[in-house]
Amino acid sequence: MGEPEAGSPARGRQTLRAYRAVVASRARSQASHRASFRMDLVGALFVGLIEFGEIWVLYSATDQIGGFTLAQIMLVFGLSDLAFSLADLVAGHCDNLPVYVRAGTLDVFFLRPQPVLAQLVTSDLSLRRIGRCLVGATSLTVGLVLNDIDWTVGTVGLLVLALACGFVIFTAQFVTAAGLQFFLVNGAEMTNAFVYGGRYAATQPPSVWPRSLLVVFGVIFPVAFAAFLPVSTLLGAPGVAGLPGWLGWCAPVAALWAVGVAALSWRWGLRHYRGAGG
Amino acid sequence: MNVIETEGLTRVFTGRPERGNRLRRSRHVAVDDLDLTVEAGESVGYIGANGAGKSTTIKMLVGILVPTSGTVTTMGLHPLKQRRVLARRIGVVFGQRSQLWWDLPVRESFSILAAIHSLTAADERARTAELVEMLEMGEFLATPVRQLSLGQRMRAEVAAALLHRPDLVILDEPTIGLDVLSKQRLREFLVAQRREHGTTLLLTTHDMGDVERLCDRVLVVDHGRLAFDGTLDGLARTVGARRELVVDLAAASPDLVDVDGAEHVRSDSGGLRQRLAFDPQRTTAARVLAAISERAEVLDLSIEEPDIEDVVREIYRATR
Repeated sequence: MGEPEAGSPARGRQTLRAYRAVVASRARSQASHRASFRMDLVGALFVGLIEFGEIWVLYSATDQIGGFTLAQIMLVFGLSDLAFSLADLVAGHCDNLPVYVRAGTLDVFFLRPQPVLAQLVTSDLSLRRIGRCLVGATSLTVGLVLNDIDWTVGTVGLLVLALACGFVIFTAQFVTAAGLQFFLVNGAEMTNAFVYGGRYAATQPPSVWPRSLLVVFGVIFPVAFAAFLPVSTLLGAPGVAGLPGWLGWCAPVAALWAVGVAALSWRWGLRHYRGAGG
Repeated sequence: MNVIETEGLTRVFTGRPERGNRLRRSRHVAVDDLDLTVEAGESVGYIGANGAGKSTTIKMLVGILVPTSGTVTTMGLHPLKQRRVLARRIGVVFGQRSQLWWDLPVRESFSILAAIHSLTAADERARTAELVEMLEMGEFLATPVRQLSLGQRMRAEVAAALLHRPDLVILDEPTIGLDVLSKQRLREFLVAQRREHGTTLLLTTHDMGDVERLCDRVLVVDHGRLAFDGTLDGLARTVGARRELVVDLAAASPDLVDVDGAEHVRSDSGGLRQRLAFDPQRTTAARVLAAISERAEVLDLSIEEPDIEDVVREIYRATR
């Protein structure tokens, strides 16, 4: 049987067909349990609402946190939460990896002609997480209306860029965590600290963080680039003292870095699993 | 062409012990300097005790595990560097781990796998129909995998592994836990696949029946080393594969030690049930039974095939 050249359009079509078949089956299987799907959806919506409620409570005690008003922080929360929820929808189930390792399902991935990571990502699609996306999207919309934004091509570009990069950064975090799971078979607690901790951190103004947190969530796991820094640039609001206002435009650099870290972590983890040392 | 070729294949597992000195790493040699050649069209039984290194070997053949040293070539490909090309040419069934989607009907698992292996729509239809007919899966094709019986699921697993017409099929314990009828059906199917497509088979099993009916060559591994490589007849000659006749007697009797051509193995329930071993090359079950009947009244009887564990143990004893 003729094998299309790697990178050829025919090969690309074949690859897409395989992923489409798997993902469509996941969606169908969730849709077949309607009652449970609806409950999951509502549950995810509540989790998002409670997370927003937390911020609202903080602002009922004060007008500003780190130089940000409630309207401004809604923009930060909306942007980062939407990016995170979308990443969660696509890659959140990567933290099932230890289950796949223990059940031996991961070995089955090696027997199929697709990359193991691509199979892990497409092994599930958590549609219920759409509920979370709704909370983020609503907060983002409200934030955009309440704030006095100078609507230009640049503003729209910055928002789209921030959302796309935020999505990439959070997806990369999930993959980084999965790579580390190969070493820490019961290490989900540890990796959750930066995956979910990072999500939480991204909804807060880093101007109130201590320097150590700035390094962790501004540089190592660069979630500050998902929402806070682009929003600071957008609103011309005070960012972190000593950092330039245009830093929000550097989200793609942060995203690239996060992808690099994820690729290393995943390759390293896979090498370890196959017993090639590491 | 050689379908499988290994040279000095070795796999060592290191780990920290649960107890004792945790700084010193424990070292376990799972596969030890294995030289193996399997030619196209062969059907090879790969047997050995639990922990002898069978699964580790298979994992290195298909590119899941990296060898500690030595080389391995499968279908002329490097299993690690060319894993994805190799995956299109081999089919693997791990008896203990499913490659079907547990919440989907069997039919849908097949069509996802067809997409994964880029079968054309026409090819998918034809091949699925062929497998459904040969493995008699029609009645449960629309059933979700999680609701299948073990026998049904195993047939579906084998079909899933063979959907893309692989040249080499590797089966790890394919008949474990199956009833006699399901085993028989599966074996007949595999024999037919070999006949029609020239498929090469490599299987690990604990069932001597699998080896007898499916394999023309047997490999026995012991502690990661090859202890026997030859035909089934050669194996039987080496270990003298004996059958056992188990008889239930009407009354407790003294041990039947002097039956011609048979050797008394054990008595249970004070002599009510006795086991006698005999060599099928030298005598028959009927002659042994006749000799017993002269001494005691036989109520019931059964004949037991040699246990693969016993065969392996004999080989181990002979080669040490």
